Amino acid sequence: MSVIEKQSVAEIKARNKELIAEVLKVYPEKTAKRRAKHLNVHENGKSDCGVKSNIKSIPGVMTIRGCAYAGSKGVVWGPIKDMIHISHGPVGCGQYSWAARRNYYIGTTGIDTFVTMQFTSDFQEKDIVFGGDKKLAKIMDEIQELFPLNNGITVQSECPIGLIGDDIEAVSKVKSKEYDGKTIVPVRCEGFRGVSQSLGHHIANDAIRDWVFDKLPADAAPRFEPSDYDVAIIGDYNIGGDAWSSRILLEEMGLRVIAQWSGDGSLAELEATPKAKLNVLHCYRSMNYISRHMEEKYNIPWCEYNFFGPSKIAESLRKIASYFDDKIKEGAERVIAKYQPLMDAVIAKYRPRLEGKTVMLFVGGLRPRHVIGAYEDLGMEVVGTGYEFGHNDDYQRTAQHYVKDGTLIYDDVTGYEFEKFVEKVQPDLVGSGIKEKYVFQKMGVPFRQMHSWDYSGPYHGYDGFAIFARDMDMAINSPVWKMAKAPWKQAPKPLLQAAE
Amino acid sequence: MTQSAEHVLDHFELFRGPEYQQMLANKKKMFENPRDPAEVERIREWAKTPEYREKNFAREALTVNPAKACQPLGAVFVAVGFEKTLPFVHGSQGCVAYYRSHLSRHFKEPSSCVSSSMTEDAAVFGGLNNMIDGLANAYNMYKPSMIAVSTTCMAEVIGDDLNAFIKTSKEKGSVPAEFDVPFAHTPAFVGSHVTGYDNAMKGILEHFWDGKAGTAPKLERVPNEKINFIGGFDGYTVGNIKEVKHIFEAMGIEYTILGDNSNVFDTPTDGEFRMYDGGTTLVDAANAVHAKATVSMQHYCTEKTLPFIKNHGQEVVSFHHPVGVTGTDAFVMALSKLTGKEIPESLALERGRLVDAIADSSAHIHGKKFAIYGDPDLCLGLASFLLELGAEPTHVLATNGNKEWAERVQAVFDASPFGKNCHVYPGKDLWHMRSLLFTEPVDFLIGNTYGKYLERDTGTPLIRIGFPIFDRHHKHRYPVWGYQGGLNVLVTILDKIFDEIDRNTNVPAKSDYSFDIIR
Repeated sequence: MSVIEKQSVAEIKARNKELIAEVLKVYPEKTAKRRAKHLNVHENGKSDCGVKSNIKSIPGVMTIRGCAYAGSKGVVWGPIKDMIHISHGPVGCGQYSWAARRNYYIGTTGIDTFVTMQFTSDFQEKDIVFGGDKKLAKIMDEIQELFPLNNGITVQSECPIGLIGDDIEAVSKVKSKEYDGKTIVPVRCEGFRGVSQSLGHHIANDAIRDWVFDKLPADAAPRFEPSDYDVAIIGDYNIGGDAWSSRILLEEMGLRVIAQWSGDGSLAELEATPKAKLNVLHCYRSMNYISRHMEEKYNIPWCEYNFFGPSKIAESLRKIASYFDDKIKEGAERVIAKYQPLMDAVIAKYRPRLEGKTVMLFVGGLRPRHVIGAYEDLGMEVVGTGYEFGHNDDYQRTAQHYVKDGTLIYDDVTGYEFEKFVEKVQPDLVGSGIKEKYVFQKMGVPFRQMHSWDYSGPYHGYDGFAIFARDMDMAINSPVWKMAKAPWKQAPKPLLQAAE
Repeated sequence: MTQSAEHVLDHFELFRGPEYQQMLANKKKMFENPRDPAEVERIREWAKTPEYREKNFAREALTVNPAKACQPLGAVFVAVGFEKTLPFVHGSQGCVAYYRSHLSRHFKEPSSCVSSSMTEDAAVFGGLNNMIDGLANAYNMYKPSMIAVSTTCMAEVIGDDLNAFIKTSKEKGSVPAEFDVPFAHTPAFVGSHVTGYDNAMKGILEHFWDGKAGTAPKLERVPNEKINFIGGFDGYTVGNIKEVKHIFEAMGIEYTILGDNSNVFDTPTDGEFRMYDGGTTLVDAANAVHAKATVSMQHYCTEKTLPFIKNHGQEVVSFHHPVGVTGTDAFVMALSKLTGKEIPESLALERGRLVDAIADSSAHIHGKKFAIYGDPDLCLGLASFLLELGAEPTHVLATNGNKEWAERVQAVFDASPFGKNCHVYPGKDLWHMRSLLFTEPVDFLIGNTYGKYLERDTGTPLIRIGFPIFDRHHKHRYPVWGYQGGLNVLVTILDKIFDEIDRNTNVPAKSDYSFDIIR
């Protein structure tokens, strides 16, 4: 179906280079120069993807990125279920991010659990003029009165907080003292900080270090008897239940998961993590900071893993097991063998329907590389990928372990670039976010949201791969795409010919 | 293992299997430091009591689950209603990602908007350079006919001056001098998305009518017979604007819809992505100054815009999101009065059909109690409709409603015998509503998608009318205005009532004697 199937790698590279040159033409000169550094064609053997990353988005280009608040409240802190996260500032930020990320959890919402609620200080003009610290203090009192079973509070700063000079740290300290050392965490994740969500992740990680770890009494007894097989899942937000379909595998191989960061997580789990023997890290981008900190301070090694698709899952289970004794290594083999028939059946069912199909991705966090293996397990090929807020270490990992020669790489892609790339490359599937979904569907291109799993999931683990395969099949092979053109109208001309 | 290739289980069923249930129970017991279940139960029950309600209503600082968004969302909504207009929000970029997501999740449509991507340095030095570069890039990349600028709270707090910035940008050649760049300051810490709608609409009209920020002569009004129509912030804009056009056309009135985003949120899947589609032409936006009158369907979305228009010599009329017979009657009669055009028989027929439908079904609605929340005008429109159906809008709540709004709602209650036991709650949120539903239960709740949490917790069935609706599809395609819209609202309410009746009478050998085949 794809035009590119018929092309050689050299032709693809030439086409992609031409494409990049073409999209750059739309920009004013200064912008073209800046954007050129974010676009590239991957060359085999290179140590990274040859693009600049983690630098400011250019005004007016329709970046897909969000902000530091989104990285802290939306990603890292928001899923911690037994704490109340105050969106501190005007009403909008909390409203737009309210329950939108599908961080699944178990608990009685509004009583001992608060994830899908929107707590805000709803700043008014007088709060901007006179400052919001008094209001914040009062909010904490009201939370204590109306939600007595909360296990902690975080203050998620919106833009104005840092601009009007509020001292949320002082308020948090005073109130923590007043409430017998209650965990109250001020987070300086104002949206204008940094260049994307990414700094928000880092700030949120640091806040856990400073306001959770560093407040732990050194002699505090653990709430459970430590074992040699204790691990913590770091960087899984339990979207559609991802962390659960991951946890079950770790437990089946004989490990004990003492904490989930942060999907379906709790304050107790954060506090227990320094007791882990190994931190297993899924989303490197958003939680490498705290993993490195725990390595330095508590001597806990950390291990990146990838639970998308059977190839990477098996590789990861073995890698995780390598940190432990034979019992766990055998456990990993047992788990791999147990699920092999399921994986064989899933691939037998779906691969024939998906073989040779091409995919273009543009996502956040770890997914621009991590999901590639899962597509390849289904016989599909990722022909373009890019990170919303990746750093160079993400692009290194991508180049060294994931992408093929000639893959189109686009960092912090703009709306215009992405649309043009897809129009010319004509992939069979685009995987990106809600803002992109309808653009490409209008163009008649099958699409899956790869942040929210398009309201499906989980996609992690063996159970998740079956769902992933089903969903990609239903997206690509839906009869709807054959109906996009009215039968009495001319068939669409192929947009890219080998001659071009 | 419950998963299978044959019958793939996703989150709906997967985690209900014994392996997962055991795993989750262990996780909770061993690692979550859970609260004593008895204590959870005690607090859960306590949160239902009048005592809790009193504490809840005594809140002064904390807002929990509000039913409102912030100004720039409304500004973006207005901007896309004009011909090839690109909304440009000056300030932090994350905000724009949020507005686009929010609108796309409701309409299931693309939502195009750019940001000036201000960061720390702009916080210190101001965002002028971001404006200069941003306008140049947006103009070159997206080839708009107009760029409508609004602000996030960051730009407002540091005091960026849009008028001066846009002027300087033009001097620097970002966009041609004559290119239209209307603007509105839309601080998120004032009002809500309806305020932002108002400010942005006024900003665009001011731009065209009052000399394009001092760069062109002000327009001299030469009155004609046209009528301008402003819909306000409206989750049903796709269906509603079409219905309103139908009414204007049936009456033979020449009209201009100002901010007509009914096409851009309703584009086909046919192989082409239309970043822009339809919208009020810029010529029409300018010529709208000559109109005889302007009609606003939502008073609180045009509190500044209508006086501005009135000052230009037009008659202005505003409504509160009219729903149903009386509301639509008032709307069409006002159009008739403004234009001298007769209300045609075809509309009388439509009206008769709505009355007919109400007569057929009213026995099932009469006397039922409802709680309503939403934007101020929507609440007024729905409350009036329920009263004319003989139902009681027992609790009416708008987080972005003020005292003056509450007085209007009270006046609506007072005008009907069914309004006697009804109460209005300005400035309250959905956690207040939760207490109301526990302490003074009603039969049905009307609200947006977030109402599903109230439905879950209090057992009050939710009828989804409002914005945003994320978890039901395509409702925005059907009008809630006009006689046809009234019929849609009636059917939406009836469907839920009948579903509930069936659900409550379907236990074999217990209650299914009432499981009637004819209702």
